[in-house]
Amino acid sequence: MKKIYYFILLANFTSSVFAIDTGPAFEDSKLQERYEKLISEVRCLVCQNQSIKSSNVFLAVDLRNEIKIMISKNKTNNEIGDYLVERYGEFILYRPRYTGYSLFLWIAPLALMLGGLFVVMRVIKSKSN
Amino acid sequence: MIPEIGHFSLIVAMMIALTQGYTSLKGARTNDFELMRHTKPLALAQFTLISVSFLCLTSSFLMDDFSVLYVANNSQLALPIIYKISAVWGAHEGSLLLWILILSIWTVLVCRYSNNLPKLFSTRVIGILGLLNFGFLLFTLFTSNPFERIFPTPSDGNDLNPLLQDIGLAIHPPLLYIGYVGFSVAYAFAVAAMLSGNLDRKWAKWTRPWTTAAWLFLTIGIGLGSWWAYYELGWGGWWFWDPVENASFMPWLIGTALIHSLAVTEKRGVFKSWTLLLSISAFSLSLLGTFLVRSGILISVHAFATDPERGLFILIFLVTVIGGALILYAKRASDLDDNVNFSAVSRETFLLLNNVLLVITTLLILIGTLAPLVMEIFGMGKISIGAPWFEIAMLVPMIPLLIFISMGMHSLWIKDDLRKVFNRSKFLFIAATIIGLFVPAYFYGRTGLLLVIGSVLSIWIILSSFVSIKNGLFTNKLKSGINRSVLGMAIAHLGLGLFVLGVTFVSSFGIETDRSFSIGDTLSVAGYDYRLNSIKNAPGPNYQAIEAEIDVYKDNLLYTKLYPQKRTYLVQKSPMTEAAIMASWNKDLFIALGDSLGNGKWSVRIQYKPMIRWIWFGCLIMALGGAIAISDKRYRSSA
Amino acid sequence: MMNKHYLPIIFFFLIIPIFYIGLDRNKSELPSPLIGKEMPKFSLPSLQNSNQIIDNSNFDYEVFLLNVWATWCSGCLEEHPFLMQLSKSNQIPIIGLNWRDNKNDAIDWLENYGDPYNLIANDQSGRVAIDWGVYGAPESFLVDSNGIIIHKHLGPLNESIWEQEFVSLIMDVKNK
Repeated sequence: MKKIYYFILLANFTSSVFAIDTGPAFEDSKLQERYEKLISEVRCLVCQNQSIKSSNVFLAVDLRNEIKIMISKNKTNNEIGDYLVERYGEFILYRPRYTGYSLFLWIAPLALMLGGLFVVMRVIKSKSN
Repeated sequence: MIPEIGHFSLIVAMMIALTQGYTSLKGARTNDFELMRHTKPLALAQFTLISVSFLCLTSSFLMDDFSVLYVANNSQLALPIIYKISAVWGAHEGSLLLWILILSIWTVLVCRYSNNLPKLFSTRVIGILGLLNFGFLLFTLFTSNPFERIFPTPSDGNDLNPLLQDIGLAIHPPLLYIGYVGFSVAYAFAVAAMLSGNLDRKWAKWTRPWTTAAWLFLTIGIGLGSWWAYYELGWGGWWFWDPVENASFMPWLIGTALIHSLAVTEKRGVFKSWTLLLSISAFSLSLLGTFLVRSGILISVHAFATDPERGLFILIFLVTVIGGALILYAKRASDLDDNVNFSAVSRETFLLLNNVLLVITTLLILIGTLAPLVMEIFGMGKISIGAPWFEIAMLVPMIPLLIFISMGMHSLWIKDDLRKVFNRSKFLFIAATIIGLFVPAYFYGRTGLLLVIGSVLSIWIILSSFVSIKNGLFTNKLKSGINRSVLGMAIAHLGLGLFVLGVTFVSSFGIETDRSFSIGDTLSVAGYDYRLNSIKNAPGPNYQAIEAEIDVYKDNLLYTKLYPQKRTYLVQKSPMTEAAIMASWNKDLFIALGDSLGNGKWSVRIQYKPMIRWIWFGCLIMALGGAIAISDKRYRSSA
Repeated sequence: MMNKHYLPIIFFFLIIPIFYIGLDRNKSELPSPLIGKEMPKFSLPSLQNSNQIIDNSNFDYEVFLLNVWATWCSGCLEEHPFLMQLSKSNQIPIIGLNWRDNKNDAIDWLENYGDPYNLIANDQSGRVAIDWGVYGAPESFLVDSNGIIIHKHLGPLNESIWEQEFVSLIMDVKNK
């Protein structure tokens, strides 16, 4: 276990430093906005719960570069997500996928609201009689 | 010698805590007043010994006693004094001692201010608090002793983590813990009531001020944490949906529901089992938070250095404390049925909706925090759940909640009429819609669905609160004078409105950009021009730093000067950024240095954060509302 | 006796085992989605000779080990003696992927400590490492004759890990 910490520690060496690109990745502000949103949703795998937007370890820098390249090649967000998941697994995305087991997560808010509605109606019914 | 005294005091305190629990619960059960008489003095003794222990640890830090392992790990000779003191709670072992100290303080306060409560009841409460502290002391002494020695004594310490060398560490954990731990009082009140088989409106009245007090400290504590993360971590974000943050938000949400539920139970005698369950849950979530943070079970920037053995101990404690209370609840709650009625449209209903929505929000956060763990255990893959999910999930219960707050604030108890509710609200709602639709768009030049929803709903709450404040100040009740309870409620809701408004604006209009410049260059962001004047060395007491001087211009006039730094702390050698922030009531300008790119060029992150202070200001106002509510006459006469 | 007030305690006792099991897990291991899939196609210059290109056609082995390493990685130094031992025993060819490193530093490092590799690809930009899902050095991949990745290990290798995780898999491949 300790050994795994060696390289995480080393890689983390610069992670508390403020992470910054040297300039906007794109001239076009819409593309830049999309880029910034995407990189904020990708996990930095060697950090303790930070996105690659907020970290400057070189894994984060490399991944930002890849995403930059993919956006300029007109890949969709889904395709970029797939690219990352193919290599690192779903763990790398902060936004759970809309398919598979994660679908339950996206249904959860509505499901709970329906449950809540049911509870409220039962209570009101019993109290207003 | 001093660490030994500290250690010894803890051991004795632990035994006293156990005795305190025994005299109280056994005494209450057998009506043995002679036994029960000892409870308060024991509680006082426990507090004294724990204070001694805490002072011993503090003096070990101040005297640079590196023979104490905890001091060696978290301090160094050159550490400024204020950080030596705050380092006492800067890591796992010491923060536990702080927790224990605060629990003993709450216990003593209950001893002092419970003369209006029946003897049996108050004695039980103090005994339960004693047993809780016994558990924590046991945990500390067996797995996390802050007084452990190291041999040979190092000549200097490892220094406090640079991220913690900030005023935030001095105030955030203590205030947060006062809140977390304070919910144990509501828990103890609930268990005492279940043990005695007696839970009525009076019980709700007694519990309210203690719960509100804990809640208001938790509000400030969380707000402070958010503010601290904002300026210290340098990314300009104020909430990350990090598991540890979620662990603090959940008790706050349930605590809020509890305050409202207590109000209904006190006023109308309904929702008793709800209130009981919420009382148990609020503290349970505090404990759960402690477990999540210290067991190593979740990945987080905030997590303490941990090991699973400690996690197991806390888990057992959790099962005992929460499981015990819930079993009691299962048995006793059915006896609490009441025959009180209210109509489908009434303030009771609005408060019921409010509580259900708060519980749903809490459950969603719990799901988001624990689902990755559950999925991994059941072989469903390893996933991450972060801000993108949480932000969307939150909106689902929160938007209806904000609507119901404005409508419910002025609704009548027992029976109201839907048309009348709409009539009362419609003027304010229309005003809020007009302001919300046009004003932000006019000032910031952009609009959007969430922006409009957030603005309209928060402004509606703000306006409704002002109306309530007016009512609270100029009430025409029989006994004239300010009705502090109503005033407190209105101010707290005002705080919430300000908070939501701040969040809406920052989320919609905030700008963040990475750029680079050399000396003499100017960068333009959101209407402000940033010119790099100079870069020089700025050494500190225990660090080396490079500091940039930046002139900020607006419309060609000098607006302010900012001095962001990049520091390297001498002992831990970790580089750190100190962002420079120009704060004002309607916006923050935020600039942080990145890396030197060679040839005098530096990368920077510049941020424009409109209305961000309203987020923390809103928290303060919410807490103020709570404080005012507690100071209401009806609680004071009973001290 | 069953009434709705038993729901909270039931809910609680359903969650507790999750925490208990959760305490035991090794959190930092990220299961690789590449296991069972064909290895990524790449083409990189060799570390020692930048004119020589190393690509998938070089990997015509029955089974081989791809080891991701760099001079800045302390775990790599730690596992190095074992890799030297492994290469001398001729059990399996070892291909090195030098990750985001300084070429001269890397060559000096190998001269200093020894070279266990049959071939070393120089991944200066880190793009190939990303294709392999690498996120922390050292990492080692076991690949069979069809180019399928059959195992990945994160962290320094040693005798016991080799025995436990790799040996039986290698034998399986050889027996086919």
